Amino acid sequence: MTTRREFLERLGAGLVVTLVSRDLFAQTTSHQPPATSHQSEQIGAWLHIGGDGHVTVYTGKVEFGQGIRTSLAQEVAEELRVPVSSIQMIMGDTELTPFDMGTFGSLSTPQMGSKLRKVSATARELLIALAAQHWGIAPAGLTASDGHVHDPKSGRTIGFGELTAGRQLVETVRDDAELTEPTSWRVAGTSVPKVGARELVTGRHAYTSDIVRPGMLFGKVIRPTMYGSKLADFDGGSAATIKRVVVTRDGDFAGIAAPDADMATRALAAVRATWTSPNGAQPGSSDIFTYLRTNILKAIDERGGEGGRGRPTVKGDVDAALAGATKRLTRTYTVAYIAHVPLEPRAAVAEWSRDAQGDKLTVWTGTQRPFAVRDELARAFGLAPERVRVIVPDTGSGYGGKHTGECAVEAARLARAARKPVKLVWTREEEFRWAYFRPGGVIDVDAGVHEDGKLVGWKFDNYNSGPAGIEPWYAIPNQRVVHHPSDSPLRQGSYRGLAATANHFARETHMSELASILTMDALQFRLKNIEDPRLHDVFTAAAERFGWGKPAPAGHGYGMGGGFEKGGYFATFTEVALETRGGVREPRVVRAVTAFDNGPTINPDGLRNQIVGAMIQGIGGALFEAIDFDHGVVRNAHLAQYRVPRFSDVPKIDVVLMDRKDKPAMGAGETPIMGMAPAIGAAIYEATGIRPRSLPMARHGLQSVSEVPTGR
Amino acid sequence: MPIELDVNGRHHHLDVEPSRTLLSVLRDHLALTGTKYGCGEGQCGACTVLVGDHAVRSCSTPVSAAAGLAITTIEGLEREGRLHPVQQAFLDEGAMQCGYCTPGMIIAAVSLLRANASPNEQQIVAGMQGNVCRCGTYPRIVSAVQRAAASRPAATEGRQ
Repeated sequence: MTTRREFLERLGAGLVVTLVSRDLFAQTTSHQPPATSHQSEQIGAWLHIGGDGHVTVYTGKVEFGQGIRTSLAQEVAEELRVPVSSIQMIMGDTELTPFDMGTFGSLSTPQMGSKLRKVSATARELLIALAAQHWGIAPAGLTASDGHVHDPKSGRTIGFGELTAGRQLVETVRDDAELTEPTSWRVAGTSVPKVGARELVTGRHAYTSDIVRPGMLFGKVIRPTMYGSKLADFDGGSAATIKRVVVTRDGDFAGIAAPDADMATRALAAVRATWTSPNGAQPGSSDIFTYLRTNILKAIDERGGEGGRGRPTVKGDVDAALAGATKRLTRTYTVAYIAHVPLEPRAAVAEWSRDAQGDKLTVWTGTQRPFAVRDELARAFGLAPERVRVIVPDTGSGYGGKHTGECAVEAARLARAARKPVKLVWTREEEFRWAYFRPGGVIDVDAGVHEDGKLVGWKFDNYNSGPAGIEPWYAIPNQRVVHHPSDSPLRQGSYRGLAATANHFARETHMSELASILTMDALQFRLKNIEDPRLHDVFTAAAERFGWGKPAPAGHGYGMGGGFEKGGYFATFTEVALETRGGVREPRVVRAVTAFDNGPTINPDGLRNQIVGAMIQGIGGALFEAIDFDHGVVRNAHLAQYRVPRFSDVPKIDVVLMDRKDKPAMGAGETPIMGMAPAIGAAIYEATGIRPRSLPMARHGLQSVSEVPTGR
Repeated sequence: MPIELDVNGRHHHLDVEPSRTLLSVLRDHLALTGTKYGCGEGQCGACTVLVGDHAVRSCSTPVSAAAGLAITTIEGLEREGRLHPVQQAFLDEGAMQCGYCTPGMIIAAVSLLRANASPNEQQIVAGMQGNVCRCGTYPRIVSAVQRAAASRPAATEGRQ
């Protein structure tokens, strides 16, 4: 990794503003050993203004389609008073950008965005001070706009580049730098077109899978059929005799590198690998929910699990409250394991080189956590982290599915064996079988209400799905909410919204069910139990736009679901119809409205794009996406067998942006997915009288709508 | 085996296995990486190219089947720095997120408009159903196709 000093030398003249405490920065710019991750962790971002006025921003965040390259540039442009077109964002390169945990959790806008605004405001104030110095006047009254400082009194003006040219100025961010109020935003808050869009429509943008290095070979990894298998015997067979084909084995890893992708595939078919399958029965899709309920990781559970997030939330006396409730309802909900299916599968290009300090590894790969993957590679090859460089080109999506570096490690192993750069692109089948899944889970809800519609008790037990969004945001005096991590038979991990989708599905479906037994309007019942005015507002805004209260057309149903997660408030209303497609009667979402409040909107067009995309992706998980597996094998590892939303699944969608300029800006990439499943389920119930309690709800049409989940 | 390939108006003499996929020849031999691998089984449309006016899944087309025919990839639509009306419409509508499906979507839309210069919404949905946008930008893509259709001569532009 480059030291701060080397980095500053590389940048040359200009103004550099860093987000770091003064003391620490002094240390790292002196002749000290290279900054460790721990130190650089405290450096949030760099901003450089060159002598030509060009602005370069360095951030470890990555662009996966969510539009953060554009919206962060807008925030810099806003505070620095420069055009967006003068800003270049250097992102996700472990040698050039400061340490970053990763791009997940809808944190880029609330954390990186606010940091960059502060950095940019500091730079602006410094430039004004420099101009004042240059003119020999007081800075008060000077203004900045369009990359220049202006003196309104004399009409003088001077460019930012001119002010910094020929010298290097290094400043640290000032906490007291004055931020522009969202109500005064001119660039932030507007629909700046997506940066780099022209390269996408022309096919010129190079994703990881498009990168070519001199002498590069194409890799393939030899895989077992069953999870947990060990490579017992391996014979390169005729593959090893094909000219220019490299066959390698190291423990349970075996792979091939060949001059072209087709030759690699042919060589793969020629090797003979014998695998030892793990002993004992493994659960499958048919008994998974019983399995998850009975295979709790008890040790983790008692400690609270996952850093304490799984610790039970207990308020009041829930058992007494439930026993005394006017109405009580106990239900079980389930969610299937699902796949992310990023259209660009995992890919990596690995290249080894040597210099005076020894081996160096450079890997281009589409990961949401470049620094974590750098460390993963360093561990795998016994290198110091600064001897590994991970570069993340703007990537063909991830949705939480690309946190890990398995493909990068595999490519680097093959490149080391071949002594040439190697590109490895996972096939779609590999992506289905060897990536990780959104966890499946079982959720029990036991709730009691008073006759006036006030919730009095709430017991919520989530087995394996996860703790995100588990706590009810309804005002309930007595609660016991627990996440029980289970021994998952499938590799599981992050997914857009994490478990908040499952938890909102269970909670909001339960609310709709309670409204039914109370014979109360589903919206009024919710509003009666909501105290947070922002939550109240999204429900009423979406209800109004949707036309809630009017009866649904014959054969159609209306439903709703909403909540609060990752700083965003949302309410989604849907209209579902039953249609016959290919001889199967299936529910189809014909209309959907989401109201969303994540504070002030940075880019309305980009935000709408994210919300609509999340809603459409949510239809898949709600209605038909599921991984079939048994005996450690995924049975539907092809797009022909795993249905994702397509054009014909898309409803008429309307989005209401609350644009709360008086609140902090929060992320938007995940939360808008969460309202779809409960809203669709409630609408199916209204249309058919069948209450779906399992995701996906209607994988094989209406006859498959699972009212009572298996496993209890 | 020698194969004659006519791509974006350029003639190529190649020595490749006839069973190789058109996709891998375009990407790895001709460095035309705008055409993407998405599933390898013709289910997602990321690899769509034009053969004549027809949208073809290059991941499941042997290169020999395309020999001698006029192939157009996403790189072949732009003319002297001017975008094809369908490309321009995708830009104007902001009809992408990660952009990985975009080349295949644009090619599929060009093919659709050559067969039907002014499709209605249902015809667009039916015509584009084989292309997946996992980010869910479908409504904007439909709008982009409608916008391109309104900006004649979308149907004929970009023919080799």
